[in-house]
Amino acid sequence: MHPILKLVAQRIALGLLLLLAVSLLIFLGTEALPGDVAQAILGQSATPEALANLRESLGLNRPAYVRYFDWLGGILTGDFGVALTNGQDIGQAIGQRLGNTLFLAACAAVISVPLAILLGLIAARYNGRWPDKVISGVTLSTISLPEFVAAYFVIFLLTQVFPIFQPVAMVFPGMGFWERLQAVALPVIVLVLVVLAHMMRMTRAAILNVMQSAYIETAELKGLSPMRVIWQHAFPNAIAPIVSVVVLNLAYLVVGVVVVEVVFGYNALGQYLVDHVAKRDLPVVQAVGLIFAAVYIGLNILADVIGIVSNPRLRHPK
Amino acid sequence: MADLLEIRNLRIEATSYPPGEPPRDVVLVDNVSVSVAKGKVLGLIGESGAGKSTIGLSAMAYGRGGVRLTGGQIILNGRDIRGMGPAGLRALRGREVTYVAQSAAAAFNPAKRLMEQVIETTLSHGLMARAEAEARAVMLFGKLGLPNPETFGNRYPHQVSGGQLQRAMTAMALCPKPDLVIFDEPTTALDVTTQIDVLAAIKEAIHDTGVAALYITHDLAVVAQVADDILVLRQGKKVEYGPVRQIITDPHEDYTRALVSVRSIDHEEKAAAPAVLSVQNVTARYKGTNFDVLKNVTVDLPAGQTLAVVGESGSGKSTLARAITGLLPPSQGRITFAGRALSGALQERSKDDLRELQMIYQMADTAMNPRQTVGTIIGRPLEFYFGMGGEAKRRRVQELLDQIEMGKGYIDRYPAELSGGQKQRVCIARALAAKPKLIICDEVTSALDPLVADGILKLLLNLQAQEHVAYLFITHDLATVKAIADKIAVMYRGQVVRYGSKTDVLTPPFDDYTDLLLSSVPEMRLGWLEEMLAHRKMESAGN
Repeated sequence: MHPILKLVAQRIALGLLLLLAVSLLIFLGTEALPGDVAQAILGQSATPEALANLRESLGLNRPAYVRYFDWLGGILTGDFGVALTNGQDIGQAIGQRLGNTLFLAACAAVISVPLAILLGLIAARYNGRWPDKVISGVTLSTISLPEFVAAYFVIFLLTQVFPIFQPVAMVFPGMGFWERLQAVALPVIVLVLVVLAHMMRMTRAAILNVMQSAYIETAELKGLSPMRVIWQHAFPNAIAPIVSVVVLNLAYLVVGVVVVEVVFGYNALGQYLVDHVAKRDLPVVQAVGLIFAAVYIGLNILADVIGIVSNPRLRHPK
Repeated sequence: MADLLEIRNLRIEATSYPPGEPPRDVVLVDNVSVSVAKGKVLGLIGESGAGKSTIGLSAMAYGRGGVRLTGGQIILNGRDIRGMGPAGLRALRGREVTYVAQSAAAAFNPAKRLMEQVIETTLSHGLMARAEAEARAVMLFGKLGLPNPETFGNRYPHQVSGGQLQRAMTAMALCPKPDLVIFDEPTTALDVTTQIDVLAAIKEAIHDTGVAALYITHDLAVVAQVADDILVLRQGKKVEYGPVRQIITDPHEDYTRALVSVRSIDHEEKAAAPAVLSVQNVTARYKGTNFDVLKNVTVDLPAGQTLAVVGESGSGKSTLARAITGLLPPSQGRITFAGRALSGALQERSKDDLRELQMIYQMADTAMNPRQTVGTIIGRPLEFYFGMGGEAKRRRVQELLDQIEMGKGYIDRYPAELSGGQKQRVCIARALAAKPKLIICDEVTSALDPLVADGILKLLLNLQAQEHVAYLFITHDLATVKAIADKIAVMYRGQVVRYGSKTDVLTPPFDDYTDLLLSSVPEMRLGWLEEMLAHRKMESAGN
């Protein structure tokens, strides 16, 4: 077998193992909370008899490991269980919101990743000169703004001063792609501002690090233009560190954008999770937690694999 | 006919930032004038810091780091390139002048195929179409003796050997048909047997393409084989400049004479004596591999004498040292030291075992803690082995410093404030501080300039006479071996192929490998390379 395939298979197997461990951790974490689901449903004033009856009917009397494997088995077959608060099927409720989350994340990523890398390359090219300082300064200030401040600022600017967009990002099933894009424009702009700096700075640092190499001097002595030196000779050797930071930010775009969702009234997974944490609806919290963990692990495996594939020593062994 | 390159009164400066002091300008090259005619080779020779690379790169108007060309003229093809702007210089670099770096392994981009890199300038300067450039690259690969020239360019840098990379780099420099190639120590990092082949390939390529060259090296014997003229440099100033024959046979300056006569230490071989170290049938392999890096190695080292272990990189010399020091426990065989059996593993050795067996390394820089003073570095074994402290320790450190001929004023310095040779001396003092019976010297002079290396060898010989310490001297440099050894072991692929007293090992008849190794050492005379190659061709024709 080609060593790359082997390495990739190893990474994926490791990721699955990790996911299993995380599922256990999530289960144990919710298990360790004081009270249980029955208590949560019935409230503080429940009688002991009512509690016992409900526990019996929910199967909470069974040992923890039985319930864990039950839960895990359900998830593996696509059954996330039922939300306690409203009796809805969790899988169904998540499905649509996950779509919204991924759509928003994808839109933000499509703009922010190329832009961040391009800005990083330009900053590296003009290292220490004014373009570098302007790019670094601007991105640093956008990342320093709390998300909701940035969000309100963008709303004010683009709906009041220049009324181009609507302030609320309402999406609903059956909406056309173009309408959807218009609806998410403002949250996407905010998210781009938030994630740009980190990726741009890593690109710049990784490129500058590679620029110390002897082969960069060789390229300069070949009379290549500075941008060509960076793009052709430095960038291919800086992919691994850049990708690892890019995926961290992609993961953040999926799992960490609840504030932006709330500000824009965007109906997605983060808001759903926070709502149900407040209601102590543990099956929902567990399910969403597991999905977020899967996204995180999956993206990091992707970064690993890209890092491996971008290394010619692994791609073309002796 | 006007010269291709004419450098007049060149002055190069840089800003240095000494710790704790205000930055100041230092002059790297001062008032140097040379010229190179079309198709001629000028050798630039000197120690590190002599400014030879700096001058070489100035022919491309390139300054490494903060290096600035501050005075004089650099006239290439009839115009002063110092006045050219960035765009003009880009048009010149990689087209009229190309560069071959010392370490091709570092100078090739690891992420791109060799062919892409070799023809890159030819394409980016619009000199040829891709197909034509590739055909020329393949032709050059063939001329430089690379294996499978047709497919060689498809490989990545890590897939070929160091010697092959150096040839590929030469092909890269020659591909755009430049007027001038700068060779910056192109064979220094190679094994002695590989060096000859690469040197011959470079010489032939220069001759066939009619290109002019600047050949930079610290090894006069090497440059004598390829250059027409030689410029000897010291501390950025010209020492002597003339035709190669005059420099080699009739040097006018003392410094040049010292360079020519370097490596002429005469060391009488000592009489046989009882062994302090005895390695018997040692076989070893690295964890997780199924390949023996040492195979059945048996050598003896008499007390107070020197056993030189010679061989190319990868021959197992350093692995032998690791086995003796306990870093790599042998899978078979035994090691006896000072009359007692040495345990294979480091953890099971006594403090005396550790004390009596010391090491000195190739890179003195990385072998010392940069944040400790010389006094702390040398004092550490005194504390550790003898429990010395305070004034007694300081006195002893000073004694040791006197022994390594460094005297007063160094004890409170940091390694960064020492020269390369001084750093290596401090490492020697640190080894001596433990009062060892045996010091393993792993390529201790390889990173040093010839004259400095000579000084270190003389010091080691003096110390051996005073302290009766034995050396296991690992090196790839046969001249060093002749200067210091009493016994020699020649290693090849993990085995000792020839072993005995110095006279025996260096007296014919030789085995094939020792013959190759000995005949590959450049000799300080004109025409040696041709003779050697002819001799080899005759041999291979005879076989």
